[in-house]
Amino acid sequence: MSKTIAQLLEEYEPVIGLEVHVQLATHTKIFSGSATQFGSPPNSLVDPVVMGMPGTLPVFNKAVIELALRLGIATGSQIRTKSRFARKHYFYPDQPKGYQISQYDEPLLEHGHLDLLLGGAVKRVNLTRIHLEEDAGKNTHVGAVSHVDLNRAGAPLCEVVSEPEITSAEEAAEFMRSLHRLVRWLGVSEADMEKGHLRCDANVSVKKRGAKELGVRTELKNINSFRFVQNAVDHEIARQLRLIESGERIQRETRLWDAEAGQSYTMRTKEEANDYRYFPDPDLPALVIQGDLMASVVRSMPELPIARFTRYTTAGISPDDARTLIGERALADYFEAAVTAVGDNTKARAVGNWIVNELLGRLNADGKDISSSPMPAAHIGALVKLVEAGTISGKIGKEIFDESYKTGEDPAALVEKKGVTQISDEAQLWEIVDRVVTANAKQAAEFASGKDGLFGFFVGQVMKQTQGRANPVITTELLHKRLGR
Amino acid sequence: MTTAFLSATEIARRVKAGEASAVRILDEMMLRIQRFDRELGSLLAIAGDEVRATAVEIERKRKANEPLGPLAGVPIVIKDNIVTKGLTTTAGSKILAGWVPPYESTVVERLRKADALIIAKANLDEFGMGSSTEKSAFKKTRNPWNTSHVPGGSSGGSAAAVAAGLAAAALGTDTGGSIRQPAAFCGTVGLKPTYGRVSRWGVIAFASSLDQVGPLTRTVADAALLTQVIAGHDPRDSTSLDQLMPPLDTVGQVKGLRIGLPKEYFADGLDADVRKHLDATIDALKQQGATIVDVSLPHTALALPAYYIIAPAEASSNLARYDGIRFGKRAEAQDLLDVYMKTRGAGFGPEVKRRIMLGTYALRSGYYDAYYKKAQQIRALIKKDFDEAWATCDVLLTPTTPHAAYRFGAKATPLDMYLGDVYTLACNLAGLPGLSVPCGLSDGGLPIGAQLLGKPLDEQTLLRVGAAIEAAVGLGDKRPTGIGGLA
Amino acid sequence: MSSLTRKEVEEIAFLARLHLEADEVSAMQTELGAMIEHFKVIDGISCEGVEPMTHPIAIDLPLREDIVEPSMSTADALRGAPKVDGDLIVVPAIIPGAE
Ligand SMILES: [Mg+2]
Ligand SMILES: [Zn+2]
Repeated sequence: MSKTIAQLLEEYEPVIGLEVHVQLATHTKIFSGSATQFGSPPNSLVDPVVMGMPGTLPVFNKAVIELALRLGIATGSQIRTKSRFARKHYFYPDQPKGYQISQYDEPLLEHGHLDLLLGGAVKRVNLTRIHLEEDAGKNTHVGAVSHVDLNRAGAPLCEVVSEPEITSAEEAAEFMRSLHRLVRWLGVSEADMEKGHLRCDANVSVKKRGAKELGVRTELKNINSFRFVQNAVDHEIARQLRLIESGERIQRETRLWDAEAGQSYTMRTKEEANDYRYFPDPDLPALVIQGDLMASVVRSMPELPIARFTRYTTAGISPDDARTLIGERALADYFEAAVTAVGDNTKARAVGNWIVNELLGRLNADGKDISSSPMPAAHIGALVKLVEAGTISGKIGKEIFDESYKTGEDPAALVEKKGVTQISDEAQLWEIVDRVVTANAKQAAEFASGKDGLFGFFVGQVMKQTQGRANPVITTELLHKRLGR
Repeated sequence: MTTAFLSATEIARRVKAGEASAVRILDEMMLRIQRFDRELGSLLAIAGDEVRATAVEIERKRKANEPLGPLAGVPIVIKDNIVTKGLTTTAGSKILAGWVPPYESTVVERLRKADALIIAKANLDEFGMGSSTEKSAFKKTRNPWNTSHVPGGSSGGSAAAVAAGLAAAALGTDTGGSIRQPAAFCGTVGLKPTYGRVSRWGVIAFASSLDQVGPLTRTVADAALLTQVIAGHDPRDSTSLDQLMPPLDTVGQVKGLRIGLPKEYFADGLDADVRKHLDATIDALKQQGATIVDVSLPHTALALPAYYIIAPAEASSNLARYDGIRFGKRAEAQDLLDVYMKTRGAGFGPEVKRRIMLGTYALRSGYYDAYYKKAQQIRALIKKDFDEAWATCDVLLTPTTPHAAYRFGAKATPLDMYLGDVYTLACNLAGLPGLSVPCGLSDGGLPIGAQLLGKPLDEQTLLRVGAAIEAAVGLGDKRPTGIGGLA
Repeated sequence: MSSLTRKEVEEIAFLARLHLEADEVSAMQTELGAMIEHFKVIDGISCEGVEPMTHPIAIDLPLREDIVEPSMSTADALRGAPKVDGDLIVVPAIIPGAE
């Protein structure tokens, strides 16, 4: 009887390192002035440089360094003030020059880290390096031939390389999500997964728990969605464990994930591995980071999502809500603006609730995002203020929310207009409670004799009399008093 | 009276003054090309209607009193590893046969703006790899002084055409002497500017950290004129210096100048005839008031191995783009690997293959430190030699080549061929400006070149000393006679 | 005696994607071998602490503004390509995703 994967995982632990290519949000390519937009006709975003024509030379795009520095600062990376571009050689139809301009032993960024959110806790994954490079074009396979489109060739990339510190497929997927959130947050990348703005390769091995030495690793190529990362890594861990279990050796190889089949297959074995013959690109002098550029990037840095997460949870917001709120910088900013509108930080949790539970649901149903919300943050703030002050009940609050969402009107004005202010005046409520109990003497008697279910009936009657404006807490209290139990 | 041997300076003066017609000059040059180049073999693609239209336009401008550029009506040939928009550019290789560039190189753009006539592309060793132009995939270029001798290379077509009066001037490229050596062999002036002076945009790369474009002309003044036009900062080349080219003069004034003679360049292996002419040159400069200083460049002998590691390494990388996929010729092939192997196997000639192999060898993992990195360190030592020499002298004088032009096939092995470049390589490794200027004819009637090496950016001093040499020991009115009726 | 084996020559030729005929391999073995012998002179040179000279001039990388320049037309881009299908360059089939 062979062991299950779960049983094997008690003996073995997975060791995963990721390499994620992030396309930077520039207008033009890293080394020439052609545009980078997506979805253009084939071979229309090209120029002599992109085509690798004889005699052409690369000229570096300034926006690339600004974006990369932002990512470097956000990941706490060491920034090399003098970094170098190197040529990485391999022949492939989507690689117009026969080499890729990349960085080798003098990358721009090293020794940073990426913080992941795992079940409410923060896990730090160290980054080996982040380097700059140019993208390749795209090959499409059609029967006996392949088609080459060079529109994407020369698009600017940051390659983010993690240390092998990731221990599960879930963590690997979370690494991708965290990086995705971070680069969007910083404006470093549009990070549109559909457009291939984030592309992941994973190095996977397994070792005996507690062992120092790493196992033989395989490299999984092209796992380009959060789900694929999780599935592919899970599949690879299982594949390796089964091989070990059946006494076979794991081959050092590159494997390709086929998402449709839910399987991977060998692309290249170690023997076929390339010798990339890196050397410093003689067409490009060293990239020197000037102090004033560095200073201006530092000045432009926003507070990071994980810092906000910690701030929000400290303020009493649930980790789940906090995680949702930092999903996007615009959303987090919206949330903070709403809290400011309330003017009371202790109401942050309530504001978060309203946004996460009410607003996002509505926006989602309408296919809108936070930046196109019909309700400005000030209105959410006003609503929370009304509910929290007891001016209106929670139930009325939801009605006002609906109305405000639909019409764009200020909740305070709506409450005024509709006269739905909550009645919390005890004397006024006592009068109504007394009237209701008197008018329903039979039910009062039955309640007195123990028919508990009738309490709700009385609450309902009071609400009916007040069009739902009665303060439910005070009403309950007064009803008990009047009914005698 | 023929205008074939007029200087570029004089042609431009006459055209601007209305004393000569750009169309007539063009027509005469085209006739000479038809008549002589079959034997000389200096040119590849010849410009057609478009250059005639340019000449007509120059005439129109002159008649309309519109300003004309400094090279108005000057017929110029361009080494075929420099891109010319709309005019076939092959770098002398079968792999690029028939390629018509859709963009213009910066140097040609600048020549056109100066109202030059781009009349033809000049033959070369394939991708600039060679010292005799024998490695062209297309034709043999002969030395116009003696057609059984090589013109030198790799800018052999440029040098031969200018020497033979098939163009007033030419552009060449110099990676390890490829302007200066053929200039010396053909009796023309050849200037390799400081690395970064002239844009490499549109220059088909051989070794990117060494390549530089420069003029081949019949006079030192013409070399200055062309350099003035083509030099200057270009944002399309990241290695282009952001330095203005100051106005150049060619006043042959050497009084008080300290001229260094590096002893390593006058050692064994230097032909006695060349030595004799160099001595005469040194005497002439001394007589004109120059101070002659003995200097040493101790790492000179290492220039050859350093160069033949660095240049092939960069070449193996630069030539990876020739794969028969986006441009050029593709071999018949079954599968993708075959496309690469056969296209490149059949498209490159033996010398190019040899250098790609050598470069690939040096860059392999595990070999990089011992070869490429070490060679770059030696390069730094060579540069330092020069930096130290400038403490005692203003310019260096050496022979351009160890001997005059040799017979076809005389260099038996590649290494023999490479050894002919010993005096020109260090200049490229150090990024310095270098000028070759004729300093007489050998006993066999072949030109001999004197080489001047200068401080970075100091083309000016080279041109002044060059002008003094030209006036004292230059070729004067001597014309090549290797082909009947040429002069 | 050559410092390069035939197999090494073939491996280098494969890395460089150069088809060599058998006689070319032999010639390379001799000629490259001679060059490599010649290179031995640098082995004895001490370069301790010498910064490799990657560029002949000391300048910093120039930075270009991120402004779109007009692309070249697809027709111009593909005019020299040996085999095209519409707007696409055609090559023999390759393994999906290799590299
Ligand atoms: Mg990688
Ligand atoms: Zn990469």
